Amino acid sequence: MAYSDKVMDHYENPRNVGSFDKDDNAVGTGMVGAPACGDVMKLQIKVSDEGVIEDAKFKTYGCGSAIASSSLLTEWVKGKTLAQASEIKNTEIAEELALPPVKVHCSVLAEDAIKAAVEDYNSKKSS
Amino acid sequence: MSIYLDHNATTPIDERVFEAMLPYLKGSCYGNPSSQHRQGRESQQALEHARAQVAMLVGVRPRQVIFTSGGTEANNLALKGMVAAGSGLVVAATEHSSVLEAASALQQCTDCPLAFVGVDEDGVVSTAEFERVLAEHKTALVSVMLANNETGVVQDVEQLSEIARRRGVIMHTDAVQALGKMDIDFDGLGVSAMSLSAHKIGGPKGVGALVVEKGLMLQPMIHGGGHEAGLRAGTENLAGIVGFGEAAALIQLGLEARTEHCERLRDRTEQVLQKIAGVVVFAQQVKRLSNTLFFAVEGIEGSTLLMSLDRDGIAVSSGSACASGSGEPSHVLKAMGVDDSLAHGAVRVSFGSSNTMKDVEQLISTLQEQVESLLKLNSGWT
Amino acid sequence: MSKSERVPVYLDYAATTPADPRVAEKMMTCLTMDGDFGNPASRSHVFGWKADDAVKEARGHVAALINADPREIVFTSGATESDNLAIKGVAHFYKKKGKHIITCKTEHKAVLDTCRQLEREGYEVTYLEVENSGFIDMKVLEDAIRKETILISIMHVNNETGVVQDIAAIGELARSKGVIFHCDAAQSAGKVEIDLEKLKIDLMSFSAHKTYGPKGVGALYVRRKPRIRIEAQMHGGGHERGMRSGTLAVHQIVGMGEAFRVAKEELVAESTRLLALRERLLNGFNDMEEIYINGDLSHHVPGLLNISFNFVEGESLIMALKDIAVSSGSACTSASLEPSYVLRALGREDELAHSSIRFSLGRFTTEADVDYTIELVRQKVEKLRELSPLWEMYKDGVDLSKVQWAAH
Repeated sequence: MAYSDKVMDHYENPRNVGSFDKDDNAVGTGMVGAPACGDVMKLQIKVSDEGVIEDAKFKTYGCGSAIASSSLLTEWVKGKTLAQASEIKNTEIAEELALPPVKVHCSVLAEDAIKAAVEDYNSKKSS
Repeated sequence: MSIYLDHNATTPIDERVFEAMLPYLKGSCYGNPSSQHRQGRESQQALEHARAQVAMLVGVRPRQVIFTSGGTEANNLALKGMVAAGSGLVVAATEHSSVLEAASALQQCTDCPLAFVGVDEDGVVSTAEFERVLAEHKTALVSVMLANNETGVVQDVEQLSEIARRRGVIMHTDAVQALGKMDIDFDGLGVSAMSLSAHKIGGPKGVGALVVEKGLMLQPMIHGGGHEAGLRAGTENLAGIVGFGEAAALIQLGLEARTEHCERLRDRTEQVLQKIAGVVVFAQQVKRLSNTLFFAVEGIEGSTLLMSLDRDGIAVSSGSACASGSGEPSHVLKAMGVDDSLAHGAVRVSFGSSNTMKDVEQLISTLQEQVESLLKLNSGWT
Repeated sequence: MSKSERVPVYLDYAATTPADPRVAEKMMTCLTMDGDFGNPASRSHVFGWKADDAVKEARGHVAALINADPREIVFTSGATESDNLAIKGVAHFYKKKGKHIITCKTEHKAVLDTCRQLEREGYEVTYLEVENSGFIDMKVLEDAIRKETILISIMHVNNETGVVQDIAAIGELARSKGVIFHCDAAQSAGKVEIDLEKLKIDLMSFSAHKTYGPKGVGALYVRRKPRIRIEAQMHGGGHERGMRSGTLAVHQIVGMGEAFRVAKEELVAESTRLLALRERLLNGFNDMEEIYINGDLSHHVPGLLNISFNFVEGESLIMALKDIAVSSGSACTSASLEPSYVLRALGREDELAHSSIRFSLGRFTTEADVDYTIELVRQKVEKLRELSPLWEMYKDGVDLSKVQWAAH
C-alpha cells in the first residue's frame, strides 16, 4: 500500500511518544481499540488548571496510519482547551494525512482516543 | 528460412514487445502484484499500465479490462459467467471452437437451452436470420464473433447488437481475430462483453482479456484470491500482460498501413489463384479481414497441398489451428453450405506485416506448381 | 549497520520467485520470429511442429521432477487454475457418486474459494481443523470420510507456515477408502521430494513462479493408473487431451520445464543451503522476548520462517522493514486487514496473528541478506515496542487477557 508523505513522516518520526503517570489528577488517559482488532491507541493529555492541554503523549499498537493519526493528534491538541480538543473530527485527521478509505478507521480511533482522554480527565475532576 | 503465412494461428512477438517483457522475464521486476512491498507495488503498477494500454486500444476504461490466460478463457468466462442457468444461449454456427464447446458444455451441464444462428453462403449472419432465431428461442445471451478466424468474414456486430438490445438480450463478441486488423471501438459495437487475445497481435501466448461494460453482472470461472476485481483469481502473468499492453499500444500505430499492406499481398495472391482452374475463394464478395485468404481447389485434398507447401518452405493451414489434425472438414465452411469434398481441400493463407511481395511471388509459383502436379497425379488415377 | 549489497533484500520467495537466468534464456528462444514462436496446434507446418517439440520436452521435465508420466501433466495458467480444475473437475464428474468434499481450514484461497463455490452449487464441504502445530490429525480426517465423500483436497506445504503435511499417509487413507486425493503442491515442488510413483496422490497442482519459473503457467497432474477422470472447466479446441483448452503458451511452458529441470538438479543442495540460512535467521532472533514461531519446524520446508513478534502490529512492522521485502502472510490476502486465517486455525490469538511476519528465503538469498535482516528486524521491533501501549502494559506486569478492551 502506498502511504502519503505525511503518514510516512509521522510514522518514521513520531511526535510525543511516551506516557504520563495515569494516576496524576492533571492527566487524562484515553485507551481505545483492542489487540484482537489490530489497533490499540493510548492517548494522554496533561491539563492546566485553566483547562488548557499543556502536553500530550501517545503510544499506539497498529498500522502506520494508526501511528501517524495518533502522532498528529498529539500535536494538534497541545494548547487547545478541552472543549476545542473534543471538537476535532476524524475527517480532519484523515484529510490531513490523506488516508485511503481502508484506513479511515484509524482516524476514527484517534478521535475516540481524545474524547476518551477528556472524559477521563473530567471524571477525575468531578470525583 | 520458411515463409510464415499463418498469422491467424499465432504471430511472432514484435521486437519491441519482447524488449518490454525482458525486465519481467529475467530482470529485477519479479514481485507478485498482490504483495505490499516495493517489488510487489512496482509489479502492480506495471499491471495497471498494461491494462490502460489494452483499454485504450478498444476505447474503454482500464477497469473494464479483465485479464485472462487467453482468448479461450475469455470466451469461456463470457459465456459461463454471463448466462444464468437455464436462461437461454444463442451462438453463431461459425464461432470459434472455444465458444461452441463452452456453449455445448453449458447446455449439457446446466440444461441451458442452446440454439444456433446460421450464416449465408458467404459466411455472414444476416439481420433477418438473427432476428428470427432470437424471436424463436428463449435467449438471455447471444455470442457472434466480430471476424472469423478461417474466412476472415467481418460481421455487422453493431447492427446485431442493436437488435439484441431491443429484445433485452445481452451480447458478447469474440474479437480475438479482429483485434489489430481493424478498428475496434467497444462502445460503438454495442456489446456487453468482448474477448481479446495477445498472441494474435504480436504479443505473447497465454494472455488475453475479457472487456466488459460497466456494471455487467459476471460470475467468475476461476476462484481463489480475488484478483482482477474478484472476477479472475490467480497470480497474474506479469510478463505476458506487460507484453500484451505493449503489443496493444504498438498495433494501433500502424493499423491503416498494415491493413493496406496485407490487402495488397492478399489481392495479388487472389488474382493469380483465380486463374487456376478449380480454385474457389471463400467469402470473396463480403467484408473480410484484409490479411485473410481462404480457398480450396476442386479435386485436391487440402492436407496434401499443405504438406507439399510445407516441404517447399511455406507455412499455411487448413483452417483453425485448434482443429488441425482432426481430419474433419471445417465447421465454418459446412455452415456456409460448402460441400464436404470441397471443404476438405480448404487452405487458409493469413498474412502479417513482415510478409513481403517476394513471399507472395514464392507462394504463387509454388502453389501453381503443386496444384498442377497434384491434379496431374489425380487425373492419372481416374 | 552492515548494509547488504542489495536493498531491498527480497525475502518473499513464497509469494513469488524471480525467474532463474537459465529459465529466462530458454523462454526468450520461444518468442521471436527467429525462434519457436509457432502455435503447437498447427499441424501443417514446421513452425507448429517445432513449438510442439518444445512443449514435449518441457512436459518431460515437469514429469521428471515428480516422477510421473508426461501424459499425466496438464498445463494450466497457474496453480489457482489447477486447483479449480482439479476440485471442480472431480466434483462435476463424480457428482452422481456423491457430493461431499473434505478439505482443511489452512488451505490456500484457491482451494477454499473453489469449495465455497461448490457449496453454492449444492455440494457439502467439511473444513478440517488443524492442530496447533499445523498438522492434520489423521483420526479426524478418517472420521470425516463418509460414503458420499468423493474428494479430499489437502495441500502439501502450507504457504504461510511452511508446514509439510504427511501426504503419504493421507494418500494411503484416501486410497483405502476409495476417495480421490488432490494435493496442492504449489509451495513444495522443487523444495521437498515428490515421488508420484510411491505417493497415492490422484491429482496434484503445480505453479511455475514459486519455483523460479514464469508467472501465469502451472500444471495439474492427473493420474492415469488408476485412471482419474475430471470434467474440463475451460472448453474449446480440446488441447491437453480435452482437459484444458486454449492455445498453449509455449514460452511459458518451456520456462516451467526448465525451472523444474533445474529444481530437480538442485533440490538436495539447495535444501541444505536454505536450511542453514533459516537456522541462521532463527538464531539471530533467539534471545528476543515474546516471539512465537508459527508452525512446527520438525516437518517443514527449509526456506520459510513465520514468526509473531508479540505486541508489534505486523503491517507497521512490514512498513518499518521497507528495505526487506517480506509479507505478513499470503500475498493474495495481503490487502485485507483481517489477521491470517491460517494462523488463527493454528490456534493463535488474534493479537499474535496480527503480529506475524513470513520470511521466505530462496535461491538468491545470501548470508549477508540474512544478517542484515536480523539487525534490521531487531532494531525495528524494539522501536515499535517502544511505541506500543501493549508492550508497556506487558512490561508493567499487566495480564492483557484480563483487560476489558473498549468495543470498537
